[in-house]
Amino acid sequence: MELLIAIIIGVLTACGVYLSLRGRTFPVVLGLTFLSYAVNLFLLIMGRLTVGAPPIISDTAANYADPLPQALVLTAIVISFGMTAFVIILSLKAFLEMGNDQVDGKHKP
Amino acid sequence: MISHIVIFPVILPLLTGIVLLLLPGQQWSLKRITSFTSLCFQIAIAVFLLITVSNGDILAYALGNWSPPFGIVLVADRLAAWMLIVTVLVATCALLYAIRGTDKNGAHFHTLFQLQLFGLNGAFLTGDLFNLFVFFEILLLASYSLLLHGGGRLKTKAGLHFVIINLVGSTLFLFAVGILYGLLGTLNMADLALKIVSTPEENVALIHVAGLLLFAVFALKAALLPLYLWLPAAYAHTTATVAALFAIMTKVGAYSILRVYTLIFGAQAGHLANLIENWLLPLALLTLIVGVLGALASTRLRQQVAYLVIASIGTLLTAFGMHTQAGIAAGLFYLPHSTFAAAALFLLTDCIANRRNVMDDQFEPGPIIQQQRLIGILFFILAILIAGLPPLSGFIGKFLILQAALTHSALPWIMGVILITSLFTLIALARGGSMLFYRAQAPHICNIDPNADVQRNSLSVAMELTSVICLLMLCIGLMVWAGVITEYTTATANQLLQPEFYIQSVLNMEVIQQ
Repeated sequence: MELLIAIIIGVLTACGVYLSLRGRTFPVVLGLTFLSYAVNLFLLIMGRLTVGAPPIISDTAANYADPLPQALVLTAIVISFGMTAFVIILSLKAFLEMGNDQVDGKHKP
Repeated sequence: MISHIVIFPVILPLLTGIVLLLLPGQQWSLKRITSFTSLCFQIAIAVFLLITVSNGDILAYALGNWSPPFGIVLVADRLAAWMLIVTVLVATCALLYAIRGTDKNGAHFHTLFQLQLFGLNGAFLTGDLFNLFVFFEILLLASYSLLLHGGGRLKTKAGLHFVIINLVGSTLFLFAVGILYGLLGTLNMADLALKIVSTPEENVALIHVAGLLLFAVFALKAALLPLYLWLPAAYAHTTATVAALFAIMTKVGAYSILRVYTLIFGAQAGHLANLIENWLLPLALLTLIVGVLGALASTRLRQQVAYLVIASIGTLLTAFGMHTQAGIAAGLFYLPHSTFAAAALFLLTDCIANRRNVMDDQFEPGPIIQQQRLIGILFFILAILIAGLPPLSGFIGKFLILQAALTHSALPWIMGVILITSLFTLIALARGGSMLFYRAQAPHICNIDPNADVQRNSLSVAMELTSVICLLMLCIGLMVWAGVITEYTTATANQLLQPEFYIQSVLNMEVIQQ
């Protein structure tokens, strides 16, 4: 399980880094989204992997999951969601104003 | 009531922003009055806070009465109060300039302005690393919209770069926060400072990574070399008001560097003590050189001022990078000076550019501008301020930094770079000023329609220059009361270099009894 999650985070980050270095806005936005997915997963498992354990106090539970990373990741998701929406609109605006979707606004020959 | 004072600088701009959103769209005078009144209250609160903490007290405020380290805390110490007062003063001057009419370019200027202040004040006051991230996002989201305020092709392009690089920065911030929480089990900065001392040997490397990731993020916000490339375009293409307000934005990065690397990764952090000592000073000196070279090579005044902002960050972080009491104190004196001077120069540039019609702010011989004498004098004084010539506050700031460097092992480097870059700053500003003022010609010679320029009556000129003069007065105030202010900044540096008291005040605080 740890290995699987680690690989997923690694792949997501690698894709995110590669895509956000591209020259057109759409791959860059996708890359930023991948990066935020990776970091959200990363934050979530920083409370360690626990299966079937409640995050709040209960009489029957033997052990607990760490609730704080869940709260953190919720905040991070909301923020990255808002940011993604903003950057999509901004890219569209840039496309309409500059007439192409290059990040630097210049046509490739 | 008094115990709640710490939260007011955060909650007041937020409430004002919400109220402004509810006001009908066309009532500009009402919006302006609301926004301005709120800023006046914020100044009053910041002054009160400054006086309260100036005797060395540290006020900690537990939100929702959750005692630290479990809840989120706001902490007001000398440094936070100092940053708050600088922020609200710059913001007030910027707003004074905006309410002449540029705020009408977009419907929600005043709301965004207040939310920007909400983010800035929160970032300075928070005592929690994740909360710092949240306030960074708030101030960034407001700044994205402010940057694009008014629209335009160049703004969109610069804005796109600014947004993308900051989103990558936010991701790195979260990775660093995640690592720190995973290994130390806390995000409260005071608690982190305690826990980091007893880090097991096998975790040291990972926390080292987290610490350097945080440094990368703060360096990006502060526009430290090599992460400064977003700044010149973004600052040069936005409106003057926003650029003036953004003069404080880079200082948020500098503040975070100072806070995190004296408190968490400071001298007492065991294996991780003085984590960025070997990085900060060389990078800051290089930033200073690059900023001044950029200012020399600029073809427009706005671009030049933007590069001078980078140079001022280089100087500021050189002072912080010495990591001595005298160095930090000198830096904290230089910080308000450089913020006020850069903001004033951005506003004055706008006044000049408006008067030159199609020539805008390009360094080309243009028409003789209206009120040439008054604006020329103001430009001259500001140039002296920024280059650091006596007798104004820029000189005192640089003098204090050089004095602090005398006992430092990198003395030749610091002395050489700061003195030579000051000379080049002077050359750059002299070149710009002589092009704009001395080589100006009558309109018919440079093929400009003499009637194109609107005639300005003395009232509108007064309105236009009030904020520039206010900022200048603040710099002169820094010069006149340099003794008192230096005492305060020295005490602040002392407080920062002895984080035990901060940690104690936060962790042993009494939760307010109901």
